Amino acid sequence: MNPRGAKLWAIQRITAAFLGLAVMVHLLTIMLAVRGGLSAAEILGRTRGAELWFGFYVLFALCAGLHGAIGLRNIAGEWLGLRGRGLDALWLGIGLVTAGFGMRAAWGLYHG
Amino acid sequence: MADLKIRIWRGDETGGAMADFSVPARENQTILDVVTQIQREQAPDLAYRFACRVGMCGSCAMEVNGRARWTCRTHVKRVAGPGEVVEIRPLANLPVIRDLATDMAPFFDKWAKAQGSFQPKDAPDGSVPAEFSVVPPNSKQRMEADAGIECIGCGVCYASCDIVAWNPDYLGPAAMNRAWTLVNDVRDGANPQRLDAVSGDAGCHSCHSTQSCTERCPKNLDPSSAIAGLKRKLFWDSLLGRR
Ligand code: SF4
Ligand code: SF4
Ligand code: FES
Repeated sequence: MNPRGAKLWAIQRITAAFLGLAVMVHLLTIMLAVRGGLSAAEILGRTRGAELWFGFYVLFALCAGLHGAIGLRNIAGEWLGLRGRGLDALWLGIGLVTAGFGMRAAWGLYHG
Repeated sequence: MADLKIRIWRGDETGGAMADFSVPARENQTILDVVTQIQREQAPDLAYRFACRVGMCGSCAMEVNGRARWTCRTHVKRVAGPGEVVEIRPLANLPVIRDLATDMAPFFDKWAKAQGSFQPKDAPDGSVPAEFSVVPPNSKQRMEADAGIECIGCGVCYASCDIVAWNPDYLGPAAMNRAWTLVNDVRDGANPQRLDAVSGDAGCHSCHSTQSCTERCPKNLDPSSAIAGLKRKLFWDSLLGRR
């Protein structure tokens, strides 16, 4: 049995389900907000303090980081034969660091 | 009628090469007929395997023009036009014993690993249960089990799966198709262990649902959907705390 593989699979599917919706929301809000042109100052004026949106993008970043890293883990396992507990931990780390970058960007936009 | 041009891989586990043959063409002729003709008339030491010749035993599978097929039910006309060469190799993803005969042991060992044998619920020691189970033919689980039960163990799906080629531990489509029929067998009592055995990187979670197995299964079974069924069952059972 390999429960790790099964858990990572479940995480990847759940994040995919969230990302499917989130990407739509993300693109739709961009299209709606940009109509008629938008400056950086205007964007920041709108985003500052919008806590719900901040939460949305933190979750977005977390899901994107994990989803991508698990996908790369599978490719590395299948195509390069790079598998194992240590490597799984490394991929998880890479996923979380990637997510951290996204969260930092969201923090900058909504609070910083 | 003109002769058929046939190329057959000859060799053993240390390596080999293609050998050219020419066989009288007939109106009705299967790939297995061609191989048999060559062994009887031209190359008596050619190793290959068959038994029933009618698509029941699952022993005659080979790669024909790059595609795994049951050779006793594959007509030459289906795989090659007039004048075209037919290339026959041993089944992929399995160790070669000699020529067209592969060692099927890894394939069947994985059936055992996937807990592919029936474990009667009421009689764990293998004795006959006191009561017969009533399984309505149109119950959902019975229909799921029926859909996958006619597997002849030919290994065509196993030879057609990229994941088997990439991950030597991967149980493969046939073993998991078998496991899914048992998961749906209400008389079976070994499903907790069986579901553990088919989960993770060596099991259903590595399947890409590319459906080469389903596309090529000569019995028109659908191992890809069986594996998807295992994934679904494991996912919801874990999420709802049923295992
Ligand atoms: S669907 Fe899954 S088991 Fe079937 S060939 Fe594709 S990867 Fe292999
Ligand atoms: S599932 Fe189909 S292709 Fe695979 S071993 Fe069984 S009969 Fe052969
Ligand atoms: S010889 Fe039995 S299936 Fe082909």
